[in-house]
Amino acid sequence: MNDPFKLWSYLAQEPLLWLTVTLAAYVIADWISARMGEHPLANPVLIAILIIAAVLGVSATPYETYFEGAQFVHFMLGPATVALAVPLHANLGRVKRSLAPMAVALLAGSLTAMLSALGIAYALGVRGEALLSLAPKSATAPVALGVSEAIGGEPTLTAVLVILTGITGAIVATPLLNALSVKDWRARGFAVGVAAHGIGTAHAFRINSTAGAFSGIGMGLNAILTAILAPLVMTLFG
Amino acid sequence: MIRNIAILLVFQLAGETLARGAAMSVPGPVIGLGALFLTLLAVPGLAERMRDTADGLLAHLSLLFVPAGVGVTAHLATFADAGLALAAALVGSTVLAILAGVGAFVLTARLTGARRDE
Repeated sequence: MNDPFKLWSYLAQEPLLWLTVTLAAYVIADWISARMGEHPLANPVLIAILIIAAVLGVSATPYETYFEGAQFVHFMLGPATVALAVPLHANLGRVKRSLAPMAVALLAGSLTAMLSALGIAYALGVRGEALLSLAPKSATAPVALGVSEAIGGEPTLTAVLVILTGITGAIVATPLLNALSVKDWRARGFAVGVAAHGIGTAHAFRINSTAGAFSGIGMGLNAILTAILAPLVMTLFG
Repeated sequence: MIRNIAILLVFQLAGETLARGAAMSVPGPVIGLGALFLTLLAVPGLAERMRDTADGLLAHLSLLFVPAGVGVTAHLATFADAGLALAAALVGSTVLAILAGVGAFVLTARLTGARRDE
């Protein structure tokens, strides 16, 4: 394999290369985010995606080839979703103490996310598969993909919309809630978890640990509620 | 750690089997989450033993979204077509959902007198 083109064509087909690129891009993105004082716009997920997209663009690599390697990271979303049961259980006392506010906020946040996203997109002329893919976008990725598939959306498009939603939530939450001077960390965290799932939760944990815990609970509960509500809501738009 | 990952996979597999087998719209991992939560209620000692593994996995939750996010490169046509509408829907709905969630939480906490944490 002295020919660099042969070497490249071998590596480009192997999962190892794209798995390494994914982890390396994330490490770089995390470093950039830390260097920028964890500014909301310097979101590590967003930066990592931009780095990898640039590498794929320059090397003319199709997404399918990339995903052959990256699927090992993607796969861990399933076990990570199951693992949410552990912090949920650890926060049982807090959950019990704020059961009523959480139930009302969950219903309000989840329905608002779905109905306003569908309403705005519909009003601006989005129809069909793209609209169906939008419905579960506030739920965490593995759940949203399953729901999208079940209601006739395009799971890979949903995945992108889910991640853009999470990044949007992580960017707008702190400035928005500070402007409204909301002081209750339970409320702040929970609402962000419901609206912006794991990426919002990762952001909430960086701001305040109570907010992070409640954000994780909000994400977990909305995962379940979205799975139940999305098929019902889609009958309104179907 | 391996044992804890095996436990997570067993619950995911059970959830997946149930979801596919009974053709439910709730995804397998969510059923696994619910089943594990009920198991932890019954066996509290298990939660303590699984905590490090769960924390480790969830601390890097952001990384796990990256491969799916790169999928944007496969949907450039859709975004060229309806990008502005989708962006408006995402930003608008996320802001509204956060406001609705926070408002509902604070209001209900006030009405029910749910005492503040810490």
